[in-house]
Amino acid sequence: MLLFTIRRLGVMLLTALALTFVVFYMTNLPPNLEKLAKSEASVRMSDEDVALWLDRNGFSSSVLTRYGEWLGVMPGWTRTAEDGTVTGRCITKGVAPTDAPARCGVLQGNWGYSTVFKQPVIEILSRGLGHTGWLMLSVMLVMVPSALIIGVLSGMKEGSRLDRVLSAFSIASTATPEYVSGVILVALLASATAGISPFLVESGLISGKTLFQGTATSAMDDITFWNFTLPVMTIALYGIGYIARMTRASMTEVMTQQYIRTARLKGASFPTIVLRHALRNALIAPFTVIMLQFPWLLNGVVIVETLFNYKGFGWTLVQAAGNNDIQLLLACSVVAVLVVLITQLISDIGYVLLNPRIRLA
Amino acid sequence: MDNLTWPLILGKAAVQFLPVWIALVVVFALSITYKRKLGLYGRLFDSPVGMIGFGIVMFWVFTALFADLIITHAPLEQISGMKNAPPGSLIKGREAEWYLFGGDSLARDVFSRMVMGARRVLSIAPAATLIAFMVGVTLGLPAGYFGGRFDTGTSFAANLVLAFPVILLFYLLVTPEIRDTGIPTVLAAVLFLFPVIFVAVLLNARYRTDPPRRNLYVGITLAIGLWAYSGLAFNADPTGVWSMDPNLLNVFVSVVFVNSPTVYRIVRGITMDLKSRDYVSAAQTRGESPWYIMLWEILPNARGPLIVDFCLRIGYTTILLGTLGFFGLGVSPESPDWGSTINDGRRLLSIFPHPAVVPALALMSLVLGLNLLADGLREESLKD
Amino acid sequence: MSAPARPWTPDQPLLEIENLSISFFTRLREIPAVMDFSCTVMAGEAMGLVGESGCGKSTVALAVMGDLGRNGRVTGGAIRFKGRDLTKMSQSELRALRGSEIAMIYQEPMASLNPAMKIGAQLAEVPMLHQNMPKAEAWALARQIVADVRLPDPDRMLNSFPHQLSGGQQQRVVIAMALMAKPALLILDEPTTALDVTVEAGIVDLVNDLAAKTGTSMLFISHNLGLVHDVCNRLCVMYSGEAVETGDVSEVFTTMRHPYTQALFRSIPLPGADKTTRPLIPIRGNFPLPHERPKGCNFGPRCNYFVEGRCNATDIGMDTIPGNSRHESRCLRWEEIDWQAPPQGAGPRVRRPIGDVVLRMEDLKKYYTVSSGAFGGGLKKVVKANETLSFEAREGETLAIVGESGCGKSTLAKVLMGLETATSGNILLFDENVQDTPIQQRNSDTVSHLQMVFQNPFDTLNPSMNVGRQIIRALEIFRFGSSDAERHAKMLELLDLVKLPRAFAERMPRQLSGGQKQRVGIARAFAGGAKVVIADEPVSALDVSVQAAVTDLLMDLQRENGTTLLFISHDLSIVRYLSDRVLVMYLGHVVEMGTTEQVFSPPYHPYTEALLSAVPIADPKVIKKRIVLEGDIPSAMNPPPGCPFQTRCRWKSKVAGGLCESEMPPVRNLADGHQIKCHLSDEDLAHMEPVIQIAAE
Repeated sequence: MLLFTIRRLGVMLLTALALTFVVFYMTNLPPNLEKLAKSEASVRMSDEDVALWLDRNGFSSSVLTRYGEWLGVMPGWTRTAEDGTVTGRCITKGVAPTDAPARCGVLQGNWGYSTVFKQPVIEILSRGLGHTGWLMLSVMLVMVPSALIIGVLSGMKEGSRLDRVLSAFSIASTATPEYVSGVILVALLASATAGISPFLVESGLISGKTLFQGTATSAMDDITFWNFTLPVMTIALYGIGYIARMTRASMTEVMTQQYIRTARLKGASFPTIVLRHALRNALIAPFTVIMLQFPWLLNGVVIVETLFNYKGFGWTLVQAAGNNDIQLLLACSVVAVLVVLITQLISDIGYVLLNPRIRLA
Repeated sequence: MDNLTWPLILGKAAVQFLPVWIALVVVFALSITYKRKLGLYGRLFDSPVGMIGFGIVMFWVFTALFADLIITHAPLEQISGMKNAPPGSLIKGREAEWYLFGGDSLARDVFSRMVMGARRVLSIAPAATLIAFMVGVTLGLPAGYFGGRFDTGTSFAANLVLAFPVILLFYLLVTPEIRDTGIPTVLAAVLFLFPVIFVAVLLNARYRTDPPRRNLYVGITLAIGLWAYSGLAFNADPTGVWSMDPNLLNVFVSVVFVNSPTVYRIVRGITMDLKSRDYVSAAQTRGESPWYIMLWEILPNARGPLIVDFCLRIGYTTILLGTLGFFGLGVSPESPDWGSTINDGRRLLSIFPHPAVVPALALMSLVLGLNLLADGLREESLKD
Repeated sequence: MSAPARPWTPDQPLLEIENLSISFFTRLREIPAVMDFSCTVMAGEAMGLVGESGCGKSTVALAVMGDLGRNGRVTGGAIRFKGRDLTKMSQSELRALRGSEIAMIYQEPMASLNPAMKIGAQLAEVPMLHQNMPKAEAWALARQIVADVRLPDPDRMLNSFPHQLSGGQQQRVVIAMALMAKPALLILDEPTTALDVTVEAGIVDLVNDLAAKTGTSMLFISHNLGLVHDVCNRLCVMYSGEAVETGDVSEVFTTMRHPYTQALFRSIPLPGADKTTRPLIPIRGNFPLPHERPKGCNFGPRCNYFVEGRCNATDIGMDTIPGNSRHESRCLRWEEIDWQAPPQGAGPRVRRPIGDVVLRMEDLKKYYTVSSGAFGGGLKKVVKANETLSFEAREGETLAIVGESGCGKSTLAKVLMGLETATSGNILLFDENVQDTPIQQRNSDTVSHLQMVFQNPFDTLNPSMNVGRQIIRALEIFRFGSSDAERHAKMLELLDLVKLPRAFAERMPRQLSGGQKQRVGIARAFAGGAKVVIADEPVSALDVSVQAAVTDLLMDLQRENGTTLLFISHDLSIVRYLSDRVLVMYLGHVVEMGTTEQVFSPPYHPYTEALLSAVPIADPKVIKKRIVLEGDIPSAMNPPPGCPFQTRCRWKSKVAGGLCESEMPPVRNLADGHQIKCHLSDEDLAHMEPVIQIAAE
């Protein structure tokens, strides 16, 4: 088990390195750098000026070197200008070049400076992650229990009416990506001209213009039921369908197993069979799915935060990517990749723990 | 003439779809008559779920085919005064001409744009899924069959791609800057090679014992395949038959790239399961080549799950294309595809919902149809 | 509530099934599975239900348990348990009976146990459900019952998960679970089919002891007549949904009064049968599909005594045969048939002389390296699948390779075929060294001359290619013929050869029965004129009556072509019937080798002795010595030191100085061509008694 975890961690580290390098490479492609130079210095720069600017700012060395610098395993670049002033990656204003540390990368806690927000990346990122954390937490609290309940209920008697109704719901919800369900939910519940809100206003049931709020900007300061429901439901809906279908498939399979017949022929009642004999076996597969759902949740988060103007991690990512903010985008990628890898690890370990067959084999 | 009420709007829209209804009736009548002779496809008509799904999917397929007959206005035509017009608005100054589903923020007809959007989505999604399948199958079969280093390597690469959040990948892969670096072309050069390799190896394995025939078939494949390949990947087809808009190529390649690792994993899993079957051993003991075993003994028996996944994956690809459009990646602003029309419409969503809701419902129904179809196919294929 | 007319007393039948009919309903039609089935089980009786697959025997058992599933329904008749009709009971009444009064033991023990629950919890659940027993008490009872079914270390067992136990142990747990509530009736559905023969013998022994001790009645379902003979005192033979003959086991076995029972006995290899002098007689034709049953007697179309216009005129009822043993038969002509007449058309066949050596193995070794632990980390371990194998096979000879699971017989086949290469040693095939040549590098002659017939008929053909195409592909790859037409003609000839209609060329494998698929597999193997054929348990997955026909086909082909047949099997009855020489394997070692005569008579290797004793024989005239091996077959990953068999050997004490535990026994030549790997002294070996004797009549 220990060996397994260590091996898994090794592979994970390797994956993380490979992925961050890919992102680094892709964000530091020459056209991107050129765009950066033009946006930082002047839009009407000639090609030579661009090259000069890039060279002055440490972008002229090879990609690998720069990756090493960014990571913090290689010494940061330094450069002595003709007038004798020394500039360098790790030399901040007001610090003598001799006092500056040799390395300053991600490993040293230096995530760089955002060109869009004019703030250190780490600050923007932690603020965004804080907001997103609440969103994710609410989504999980809504999504996981409801999905499991739907899945188990529809899977325990395959082909029953309950199963058909719940399956239809799950299929419909997996067919609705966030940007579709978001739009429909807003049109239905948060539009002053369409959906149910006009009727509610007319009949005096609600005091505002709409039932729910169509943006979640206010939720960044104060989360309320009215401003947070729509974003949470939008993300959760897609996931509910998916997880419920996995749970249902797993449950129906378990219900046809011979040990379920054994339990039945022991004289166990149907609720006992479902709760004692089927449930644990049926939940092993969905657990992995829930964990692997995180990368997709990340997608949902990006879409929903953009749609509802909620300035969390996803919104930050879109801003960074749309405005060629290289340092910020890199940092976002690192976080995204880490989230994915960690959930994969948890899913692997959890699978082993849940499944006695593997644990002790 | 007045603005239309909802029953009239729907009635008029239904009339516009007349070619689609005729085609659907013909297909269903023929299929149900001959369903006992049509194998798995025929058995689909035993399952209500599958039939509904198939019906919805075919509705959109025919819509895409007959789009020119269905639209009421050109998708880019702007008519003054129709900006954000509500559904069923009579066009000012014209007799008996309406914007059935209203007008968008640029005063274009939402209905016609939705119909043209179907054509765009359905011309990309199935083709991209097919190529992703060829890539996944060509790599997944040997990975599952041989195992070892090749498996470790390709699995690691597949996991790398899968560990990327899709949106991040799109933001990195589908930008105008990327196109200047030639990365999409390189990716296309790699990915588009797989279908050619796949078909060539398939025929070679089958006709290995009969060299003249083998040379003929493989030769034809290579000739056509490489011709199309040069045109699609490098835009270097001298005759100009095969070519792809660079914008489209970029989107296409990214979608294939995102989809193939999952297909690879599925194929690899099934191969590992099927390779221990006796008929595989029987093929081995008569000295068949590994590729023959993979492509002719294993792959046909994996077709059930693969067909099901193919349907689901077209739906997923449709969602991905929508996501790209939603973030305005890789599409021209006037493109009628559903993702970007949703994106355009969402700015005024709470005041004028219809420009975003119409394409949203269209996309949802297509994906739902594909999911139902997959469900029906899975149910029927398990009945053997 | 179906209250009994009068209270049940032990002298009345415990279970009385009367004119039971069961159907399954599909979207297209109703499929009758059981028709007009009656049988009675008295208290303390063991009733055997025998028949081939699809005859409805398991359906009867499930009907008794009231668990026919969503599509199955009892369409007529009654099942009375202690006088109460089970078919009229409510679900909750049935639930109270299940597990407490009637318990069931299943075919696949692994699948029958919940993988995520500890053994103890699964056992204790039964009394907790039915008697509201407190948990601690229930666990204590579970511990006691686990000890009763002779499982080692009961406390550890209770805290184990099912996957940590071997197949034999799992089946004992299932039996323990059935006994937890001391049921009046025990239903055993093929309880030993998934187990090895020596393990099966242990389970049979246990079941017999428990039945004697507790007086529980049993309904024992099996396709194996020998097992029924070992376990039951009453018997009911089923064919195509009907009971055809019922009576005392000893009476039915000696004086059967139904043509199907007779045909069944003539098609199984009992001691005394021999491939040249007394060949088996297969039952012709095929088992009818449930919706294609003939009018009148279901067995009519396959019966030798069939009379047109009489046997297929009306439905036939059960007829009582005079005597006092409740013997009944569903045959109109049972009084007219001369049951003593010798079988027709089964005259002796010409024995083909055995030729030169075509295959020789010298000191063959095959080791695998596997990493232990579930995650590929761990230490590398060497599995010695084959250890210094030496033998030769001659043209036209049948060499049987016998052993239970894990003995290395399948590895041997793989190495021989070239799917794996040997670790060391030599394989000479037609005077050519092939031990280091994997199959892709062998030339097509070598490949086509050495072919294989596989075990599982449902797996041997590619499900998505038609039969003709699969045979033609073999011809293509063996470079037969120069045109498609020529190969097509040859394919049709091959179908003739395996006695399949030519129309089968266009069929898909799923349209064929198990026996027919196996014939196609044989045709494919003989497509390139195979000289050596490895048959890996070719008939073990087939029904008894089909087994004989497929075996017959193999023998015919061998006689015609002078093929060398390497017959891999765990079934000693069939081995004795068809092989010329036998090689017994245990954990990768050849423990005994010799002619069939030599191996089947003393002196034996102790393992051969146990194996012989374990095989159930459906012949009351045979007197068998009962030798039950302790424990399970050790894992090939972790073999015991010294002699591989020492952990289970009952002769070990005769060898002084613990030699068996420390040293690998040498190969000893007992007689011409008779080798055995054992430390026992010549004297001990000479004193061995025969395991099987046929009583003089």
